[in-house]
Amino acid sequence: MCMTCGCGPDAVSIDGKSLQHEHEHSHGHSRHSHAHTHAHDHAHDYAHEHDHAHPHPHDHLHSHEHGPLDAAHAPGTSAERIVQIEQDLLAKNNGYAQANRALFARQGIFALNLVSSPGSGKTTLLIETIKRWQQNGAVAVVEGDQQTSNDADRIRATGAPVVQINTGKGCHLDAHMVGHALEHLQAGHALKHDSLLLIENVGNLVCPAAFDLGEAHKVVILSATEGEDKPLKYPDMFRAADVMLLSKTDLLPYLDFEVDAAIRYAHQVNPAIRVIKLSTKNGEGFDEWMDWLQTGSRQARTSQA
Amino acid sequence: MHELTLAESVIEIVENAARQAGVTRITRVKLSVGALAHVESDALLYCCEVVSRNGAADGARFELERPPGRAKCNACGQEFMLDHLALGCPHCSAHEVTVLDGEQMKVVEIGVV
Repeated sequence: MCMTCGCGPDAVSIDGKSLQHEHEHSHGHSRHSHAHTHAHDHAHDYAHEHDHAHPHPHDHLHSHEHGPLDAAHAPGTSAERIVQIEQDLLAKNNGYAQANRALFARQGIFALNLVSSPGSGKTTLLIETIKRWQQNGAVAVVEGDQQTSNDADRIRATGAPVVQINTGKGCHLDAHMVGHALEHLQAGHALKHDSLLLIENVGNLVCPAAFDLGEAHKVVILSATEGEDKPLKYPDMFRAADVMLLSKTDLLPYLDFEVDAAIRYAHQVNPAIRVIKLSTKNGEGFDEWMDWLQTGSRQARTSQA
Repeated sequence: MHELTLAESVIEIVENAARQAGVTRITRVKLSVGALAHVESDALLYCCEVVSRNGAADGARFELERPPGRAKCNACGQEFMLDHLALGCPHCSAHEVTVLDGEQMKVVEIGVV
């Protein structure tokens, strides 16, 4: 069981192969495998112990026990002792995210985590973005869906390298899965220095908000065919994002969607969120979106660690 | 249902702690999840019970405290309790606020025998 993704290794797969299966093949890539052989092994006791090419952070439990005197105050049986823990539930995911972030920093990669409801048009938006970006830069994609490789197949048609993560029953990508996807891209020499990395999360406006993947920014997509009050209904996601793409604007003449209200609600939960209105059909807003991407990518390249 | 993922984290943390403490049974787990963290209390507790089965925390009592949200207004500087992220400052209605408390998700302590 993968403790960060909440799914058994048989449920999570990358490019159709289960994580368990992949691990069996990853023993040769032992760049960081020493980390699993030293004294910290005790903290890494879940089912899929194995060598990874990406570093696995180890949580060191900084707990201390109270002695017998404290035990006298403990509820329940007289033999019960209290062990103080004070450990963050997301610490492990955040450790993996930091490892991903360090990789991006070393290679000047500008990584984005794209989140939205199902059906907002994320994949179509990605395809149009990739086509434009390819004119002057490298781009790679990590696709997250519960099932099927349909989206990856659509992305692949653009010529951009893509890895599909199927989360099985999982409702979000986590940093551990993304780390494995990055390994795949690297193994195929598909993760270029100074490139743009687009991570399309599972369509879900709730769960992905809490899980840092190591991205520079979360970008939330709100399409005009949804309700304009989604920022109020799902404030965590709109608060976690730095950019809101208000998409499918070409359909606005046929809808009752109130653009100003949507933007107002987004700013209500996140005053700093940048809003870009765009349409993949008529190209509206793409200049602004591509400019924003270019600026971010330039910063990632120049601040390369 | 990311509560299931969080429950997996809870159980891993407490089982590791029990092992390090040299005990095999966890009787009680105290969690603290801020009111502003997007977690359903009942779902998290249910998932903890499910995930704990057949391990050291099987049968443990899971307790969840939800400390309230607290924020400071960036405009008027006043501190106030915040129930929901979409609510602004109750004093001046500004939405630029800094959350001070209520977003944490952690295991506080466990009882072991």
